[in-house]
Amino acid sequence: MEQVGFLSAMPINEIVFFINKVVVAGLIIGSVYALGAVGLTLVWGILRFANFAHGDLMTLGAFIAFVLTMVMPGLGAAVGLPTAFVVMPIAMAITALITIGLDKAFYQPLRKTNPKPITLVIASFGVMLMLQGLIRLIWGTAPRNMYVTPKEIYRIPFAGKDIIITEPQLLLIVVTVVAIVALHLFLTRSRTGKAMRAMSDNADLARISGISTDKVVRTTWIIAGSLAAAAGTLLAMDVSLKPDLSFNILIPIVAAMIVGGIGQPYGAISGGLLVGFTETVAVFNWSILLRPLKPHLPDWIELPASIAFVPTEYKIVVPFVILVAVLIWRPNGIFKGKVL
Amino acid sequence: MKSIDLRTITLLGGLAVIVALVFIWQGNAYGLRMLVEASCLAIVALGLNIQWGYAGLFNAGVMGFIAIAAFGTMLISYPLNPVFWQSEGPGLLGRMGLIIIIGGAITLLLSRSNRYGVPKKLRTVLTIIAAATTYLMAESALAPAAAIIEQNSGFVGGFGLPVWLGWLVGGLFAAVLAWFIGRITLGLRSDYLAIATLGIAEIVRAFLKNADWLTRGTLTVSPLPSPVPTATEIGFIAARSAYLCVTAAMIVVIFVLLQRGWASPWGRMMRAIRDNELAAEAVGKDVNRRRLEMFVLGNFIVGIGGAALVTFGGIFDPSGFSPINHTFLVLIMVVLGGSGNNLGAIFGALLVYIIWTMSEPAALFLFQHGANLIQQLFDIAPPADLPTRALQMRVFVIGLTIILVLRFAPKGLLPEKVTKYE
Repeated sequence: MEQVGFLSAMPINEIVFFINKVVVAGLIIGSVYALGAVGLTLVWGILRFANFAHGDLMTLGAFIAFVLTMVMPGLGAAVGLPTAFVVMPIAMAITALITIGLDKAFYQPLRKTNPKPITLVIASFGVMLMLQGLIRLIWGTAPRNMYVTPKEIYRIPFAGKDIIITEPQLLLIVVTVVAIVALHLFLTRSRTGKAMRAMSDNADLARISGISTDKVVRTTWIIAGSLAAAAGTLLAMDVSLKPDLSFNILIPIVAAMIVGGIGQPYGAISGGLLVGFTETVAVFNWSILLRPLKPHLPDWIELPASIAFVPTEYKIVVPFVILVAVLIWRPNGIFKGKVL
Repeated sequence: MKSIDLRTITLLGGLAVIVALVFIWQGNAYGLRMLVEASCLAIVALGLNIQWGYAGLFNAGVMGFIAIAAFGTMLISYPLNPVFWQSEGPGLLGRMGLIIIIGGAITLLLSRSNRYGVPKKLRTVLTIIAAATTYLMAESALAPAAAIIEQNSGFVGGFGLPVWLGWLVGGLFAAVLAWFIGRITLGLRSDYLAIATLGIAEIVRAFLKNADWLTRGTLTVSPLPSPVPTATEIGFIAARSAYLCVTAAMIVVIFVLLQRGWASPWGRMMRAIRDNELAAEAVGKDVNRRRLEMFVLGNFIVGIGGAALVTFGGIFDPSGFSPINHTFLVLIMVVLGGSGNNLGAIFGALLVYIIWTMSEPAALFLFQHGANLIQQLFDIAPPADLPTRALQMRVFVIGLTIILVLRFAPKGLLPEKVTKYE
């Protein structure tokens, strides 16, 4: 392929590789983290505790979508979208209902006794274990595929090379954008949304100005549960459906929440993207980008075969380091969260 | 002396009956093994009880501290690996150590450089650059060293020192790790400690699993040296009884020391900090420092217990550590037994561990019969992995127990005794 001017001087192969491995991958995993962190941060903002069961809510939502997909596999073909995506709204609704049920059964009675916040955290560990046990009891531990038909892969030509993005990845990005816009409109325009913000600001003041606490709590769980189900389903569509998501996804999500400032939905979104991009940048092999420079370098400099900041198997360290760094230098998060 | 009340006597008597029943059903060797493991976990539970029961600090990463302590024990007590010491491995590792020391010193100096007139922003940039360079250099020095060690000598091996020293070092490893975590999170909201410990536990596990040159990773290290003669020398029952004597003696020593501690002004101060942080601060107690003290001490004991547990198993297997077995089971032991009561923690450890081990055959039995029944009635074949699924039921039960205890018996079966000073 003939190339002229500026482009011909650029190492196109390497740049496209970088876009595929870092930009696209970071955007994808960042969106999943963002969707998860929004729910977590709302719950913390309203109910003042870290819900450790959130990771397993994501898994549960994904498994519900999986069951629905298996029940009506032909549904997707009729609409022209993957079946798992078509049934996702139903899975979100069911998960939201389950979330409210969990609150009614386990968190609400404890809240009534006016406990220390840590008691609710321990209770959420209990709920986490129950969900984990149930999910593995019902569906076993083997990974599953959410797709009934092969995944579609889009190739976007870029200067003679292809940027590769798959169908679930595209859907994930679209859903994230839609969810952010909808959440923004809900929080700023609707009555319930304003009530939620008021309660997150000052629960007592909100209560004495006549805001129904129960309703706000219910709405919070609905949003958290349905977003968790969406994130879980889309992640499972992108890779595969596994029951052992919980801790591996929980730590990045909590990191995203704290980076963004607790109780701040917009902060959680940017935090999610930040954590996602940092993860992919950290495990990326930078040696590949330096390779085109090799002919220009003097002989005594030898490029190592792999320059990654973090080996892939230590990926979980990345969100943790971010978390620790934020806790040391900016415990309120970059957007100045309220609850501390 | 306080008199022991009826409730305690009844519960401990009931426990003794259960232990006796297990011995009768399963035989002496099995019963002894269970008791030894339970006693090791009781030490861990005592450590966690210091943190949760006495200081109100929620440690969600017990597994990580057990794992790092087990690693410490393995490193100290496993026999020397002469192939490694004669190869170029030690030299390469020494080089990496030197890079870390020099780089670390430069980074530290730069981070203090604002005292000598360097602008703050420049200082920050310089510090980050120095830290990143040190890190990358150390990492690139480690990679070839690790490869050579793995190729020539398998792994680093141990130092061949006595086991009791290994346990102490294991406890110290856990304590040092706890110090770092505590320094960062103890001044903040209580939830952060839970997140940080949960994270560090996963990181420790990932590290031990993947650092093949240091731990042999998934290949596991065995047999770990035992402090008492092994089963091949004197038979199962004698070996396990001897081990049980060691762990029981440790429990007694730790228990007595802790009880003395709680009765002292130090213990009173700790309870004051837990129950009313503001008041304690107002009378001049350094709350965060005291909490750090408790957190580190607690993890030291957790580490010793964990080291004893893994030594008894005889195999150091980094993939064998799981949050269910090593974090949440211990948490249940403390919460159910009675947080803030050392006797309760020991009681809880024995009771919960017996139920936990007995529930495995029970769950399998129930599920097998349930599946057979369903097959006869509705002609539905059970899934092939039914046994693994049945065991997941126990995870569910642990979660349910945590919630039920929190709700209906937040003080546990043997509640903390509040001493009144009149």
